[in-house]
Amino acid sequence: MTTLPTSLPPHEGPLTEDGLVQLLTPAGERVAHSDPYADALDADRLRAMYRDMVLARRFDIEATSLQRQGELALWAQALGQEAAQVGSGHAVRDQDQVFPSYREHGVGMVRGVDPVDILRLFRGVDHGGWDSEAVSFHLYTLVVGAHPLHAVGYGMGLQRDGLVGTGDAARDAAVITYFGDGSTSQGDVNEALVFAAVNQAPVVLFCQNNQWAISEPTTRQALVPIADRAPGFGIPSVRVDGNDVIATYAVTAAALDRARNGGGPTFIEAFTYRMGAHTTSDDPTRYRTHEQEEHWRRRDPIDRLKAYLEAAGELPEVFQAELAGEADALGERVRTQVRAMPKPPADSMFEHVYATPHAVVDGEREAFARYEASFLDTEEAHR
Amino acid sequence: MPTYQQFPLPDAGEGLTEAEIVEWRVAPGDVVSVNQTIVEIETAKSLVELPSPWSGVVSRILVEVGTTVDVGTPIIEIDTDPSGTAAPAAGGGVVSGAQSPHGHHEHPSRASEEPGGAEEIGAARDERAETSGSVLVGYGLGSGGSGRRPRAGVAGATGAATSPTAPASTGAPVSTSPATASAAPAAAAAPVAAPVPPAARPAGAGNGSAVAAPSTAAPSSGSSSSGAFHALAKPPVRKLAKDLGVDLEMLTASGPGGIVTREDVLEQANRAEGRTLATYPGDDAPWLASGTVSADGRQTRVPVKSVRKRTAEAMVTSAFTAPHVTVFHTIDVTRTMHLVQRLRGDREFADVRVTPLLIAAKALLLAVHRHPEVNASWDDQTQEIVYKHYVNLGIAAATPRGLVVPNIKDANRMNLLQLAQALGELTATARAGKTSPTGMSDGTITITNVGVFGIDTGTPILNPGEAAILAFGAIREQPWVHKGKIKVRHVTQLALSVDHRLVDGELGSRVLADIAAILADPAQALVWG
Repeated sequence: MTTLPTSLPPHEGPLTEDGLVQLLTPAGERVAHSDPYADALDADRLRAMYRDMVLARRFDIEATSLQRQGELALWAQALGQEAAQVGSGHAVRDQDQVFPSYREHGVGMVRGVDPVDILRLFRGVDHGGWDSEAVSFHLYTLVVGAHPLHAVGYGMGLQRDGLVGTGDAARDAAVITYFGDGSTSQGDVNEALVFAAVNQAPVVLFCQNNQWAISEPTTRQALVPIADRAPGFGIPSVRVDGNDVIATYAVTAAALDRARNGGGPTFIEAFTYRMGAHTTSDDPTRYRTHEQEEHWRRRDPIDRLKAYLEAAGELPEVFQAELAGEADALGERVRTQVRAMPKPPADSMFEHVYATPHAVVDGEREAFARYEASFLDTEEAHR
Repeated sequence: MPTYQQFPLPDAGEGLTEAEIVEWRVAPGDVVSVNQTIVEIETAKSLVELPSPWSGVVSRILVEVGTTVDVGTPIIEIDTDPSGTAAPAAGGGVVSGAQSPHGHHEHPSRASEEPGGAEEIGAARDERAETSGSVLVGYGLGSGGSGRRPRAGVAGATGAATSPTAPASTGAPVSTSPATASAAPAAAAAPVAAPVPPAARPAGAGNGSAVAAPSTAAPSSGSSSSGAFHALAKPPVRKLAKDLGVDLEMLTASGPGGIVTREDVLEQANRAEGRTLATYPGDDAPWLASGTVSADGRQTRVPVKSVRKRTAEAMVTSAFTAPHVTVFHTIDVTRTMHLVQRLRGDREFADVRVTPLLIAAKALLLAVHRHPEVNASWDDQTQEIVYKHYVNLGIAAATPRGLVVPNIKDANRMNLLQLAQALGELTATARAGKTSPTGMSDGTITITNVGVFGIDTGTPILNPGEAAILAFGAIREQPWVHKGKIKVRHVTQLALSVDHRLVDGELGSRVLADIAAILADPAQALVWG
């Protein structure tokens, strides 16, 4: 049996007192530490990340309003987690595959998902919303913690297709899956860790620890940092400041490179904070203090990058004004397009059940059509 | 031209069916922008702010503060094109052909001048009630789907009882199906009955709902003879209406499928009864927004709910399960007042409020420390007395929403400064109405500070599940025998109620005596602390 590299974290970065890799302090100052991935980020790339974070937040706020206006059945906010999502999302390459939970709107937008399409699911007019193969971004999984197994399975498929560790950087692929602190208490996630480890699957297990599993704090789920669990499975892990977009990018890029090169899985715990509610059905004022929220509001990931870019003179007013206009236009487009989303035809529920034609489903579709046709008012009048 | 859009109450959680309007942030005439907060509602889960879906001018608030309405009920009307020309007169409007796919009702003409405003909401609620099973999530009411759709060859709900059973063939043409004889005209007429006032639309028009159509479409489609309209009611209800002299045809039906219910008849009969005039002008207005005035105009009746209801239940439970005994003590607290004065000048206590209540709380905690048996509860189910190793000190607080008793968790582990901080936080949270359910649960002993109302003392009722409660009375300057002379001293009264099932008079007296001893001479705390 080969010896697995479980003792060393895959990324040696400067650590905060809490043991988090951090390259950008909450005040927006770059920590004096040379990192090949972070150093490669030029001002254009950082501005692109800043833009993605601002747009992700604008979208999030618009979606929350739409839910409150009755246009969406539910909405899961990602407020405060923009750096963890945009930073890691920027490390993904086109040949990679992303398996998100249901809160990775920022990652999806970086991957090229139209945010309006994300809302199709939350409005209840579609089971998915986008072509997951075209953007390498799998559909959302609402079942908590179910999808890391899919991700590991996909990674094992990549291994069997010979797409891992060939030395061809344009071809070697990896998988990244996103889940929250709460889902690490689920059996499925632990099973995924088992399979990822023993198969040395090219998977990055990206845990956004936003500190709250709905109303349960992380302290009620783990007595050690969540990242510390992974070495027990044989997977090296790293804790990163999830509100630091540069560190998150660097750590994820390193882990994805390791996976593509055949180095096996990595567990990343991005320590961040859910500034909003779990979903629009949740009221966080019932279980957490205003002081805690205020403390984290002062550690806003967007403010941090903004402070850094401004201090470096890399955030001209023209850029900011254009971005503000772009954000408002996005908000309006999302609002208009969501309201105009048509009700899906009722028989669309039979689509995508199986990839190939299926006799039972065909029979059900026909029976349903007969049933619908038996009504005296027409379908049009009914709408 | 002005375009009036009505905002139906959305489901702010998953599967909620109703919410209460807590506060309107806008008023008629206000200009609103998209996503501006317009109203705060309270659902079974949380307080939620709702943003405006449109920009425009508020034309009407449709639901008053304090009212609980079903999801889908229009709550506000906004003119989204206020700079447009005047709308055509009521009745001459045209039904806007397109309802948006998610159920915003666009209103073509002003309905506000009509007395039917209230009925309009009522009608929408009726529809809601009928379909509540299918609108548990999402965008409130869809524009379709209300009522049961008529099916060919299926014995329907529309009078099929009197018709021969139709053959079970599918796709039978409308005209040949006897089962639909009564439904067909209404269903066919509804979509073309153009000038339908909003009052009738939600239930009847647009979707050809055969069930709802007969009751609501008929009054509105004026061309069809109203004489042909017959109210639906069961025989006993018809008899009741006859006995009471109520005309069924005049009633608004609230039953499923538009049938007149017993309650509808009784309500109409009550309304018809002569009302006694109020004694004074204006005396027949409700005293509280959430209440209604009784038929004689001399009483306001307010439904018992939320905090009031919980308080009542808790007090009944406590008063009639725990035999209360109350002991009293009058004491000189001048030294406590000196201590309070000194602490107020202390830098360590600069950021907290130092009050006599704080010292009383500390005194109670010390007394509990000396007599832990009082910090207990009676478990009737298991026939056990449960002694608590912790003290969650409850403080009864009068808040805008009523009496709440939040408690300070593990108060026995706090020093005076921590206790002062916790007390300040607890009061601020309670006054803001933000006390969480956990903040009120698992209390072990309570103080009620009746002194703040200028009251000397009282016989407090135990918080359920606790064995003692201390009433802290007003502190007054009074003549008092001090060191053999009559002096002006600060005097107060303490009352301690205990659950006599587990606390006897002796223990209760000792606890109260200890509290009194500390308040009379705070230095005693050094001895016992």
